[in-house]
Amino acid sequence: MYGTAPPRGLFCDFPLGRPLGVPNDAAFQRRVIERAFDLLQRGEPTLEDYDVVIEDDESQTLACPLPPRMDPNAHPAVDEAKGLRPAYERAVAKHGNRTGAVRLLDADAVPAAIEAFVRVAEGKPWKEAGIPGIPARVSQDIRGYYEMAALEIAAHTPAAWAGYRWFRDRTKTGEVIRKARDAMRESGAKEPLWRFLLPSDS
Amino acid sequence: MSDSSIKLASSRIPCPTFEAPAFTTPKPLAEAKVALVTSASLHHEDDDEFGVVDAGYRVLHRERRDVVVGHWSPNFDASGVSADLNVVFPIDRLEEMAAEGVIGSVSDVHLAFAGNQFDLAAIRMDGGPAGARYLANHEVDVVLLTPV
Repeated sequence: MYGTAPPRGLFCDFPLGRPLGVPNDAAFQRRVIERAFDLLQRGEPTLEDYDVVIEDDESQTLACPLPPRMDPNAHPAVDEAKGLRPAYERAVAKHGNRTGAVRLLDADAVPAAIEAFVRVAEGKPWKEAGIPGIPARVSQDIRGYYEMAALEIAAHTPAAWAGYRWFRDRTKTGEVIRKARDAMRESGAKEPLWRFLLPSDS
Repeated sequence: MSDSSIKLASSRIPCPTFEAPAFTTPKPLAEAKVALVTSASLHHEDDDEFGVVDAGYRVLHRERRDVVVGHWSPNFDASGVSADLNVVFPIDRLEEMAAEGVIGSVSDVHLAFAGNQFDLAAIRMDGGPAGARYLANHEVDVVLLTPV
């Protein structure tokens, strides 16, 4: 913020993606806004730090149980995604759908998209694997599908990034995406194509 | 994955130097019409999504809550806004403040840009000024920017 020189700026050191700090905490959000509006009374450009910092210490991973295997003939990641569908639908009904399978895929298309990444992870060239769109965009929708389902199963809003860590480290599909990214990188695919399958330093 | 490491990388992106930041003194807050501007790539479900390189803006309507996060970058926490739109786009907080008389009114229109820009020139010269004119035409007095 200090480099962008706004006329009035309140630097809030909160996790990326949460500029008001705490979801579902109206009082916290209100304090941030009121503090920002206080700067309107200043007669010259003003930059200040908010006095509350929310740090992501990388220690929290969402505790979220996964569904049991339903179809032993399906790839575990595909079966897992299908098993999460009821929770995903409940989450969308409750919260709306701002980040789930909504940008490129719809929920029906998620299992086939995961199958495409399975093929990439197993060595098939990504262009021949049947990924239904730009790989990063498809991956982002799959991640969103999982994090939406997790909201419903865990029944609370996780700490920032905790839902993502659960997806990346605890789910079969997270494992597939990581392996697909590594396979694309090792095959010489252009960096932007594999880099953004997951957050940058995953 | 590290929130701090992504912030550190972002902090190293060169920024232009502004000798004289834009500045104005608005009317008293209790009389001001307030709009939100976010860089979270939000758009309504039936509006055009943001392109990979997109310096334009999307209009968000005061009464609508069907909002999609259209970011192409994965480098932000998505669960917060999934659970509560207000953590990115605090429209309900503004409505409460208007009802209490803290602010004059809530604008009927708000703007979203894509924050993950590779070239700032287009947004500085085109999309940004166009958005400012749009809000000025709607008699907006104060803007609250929420970055994502």
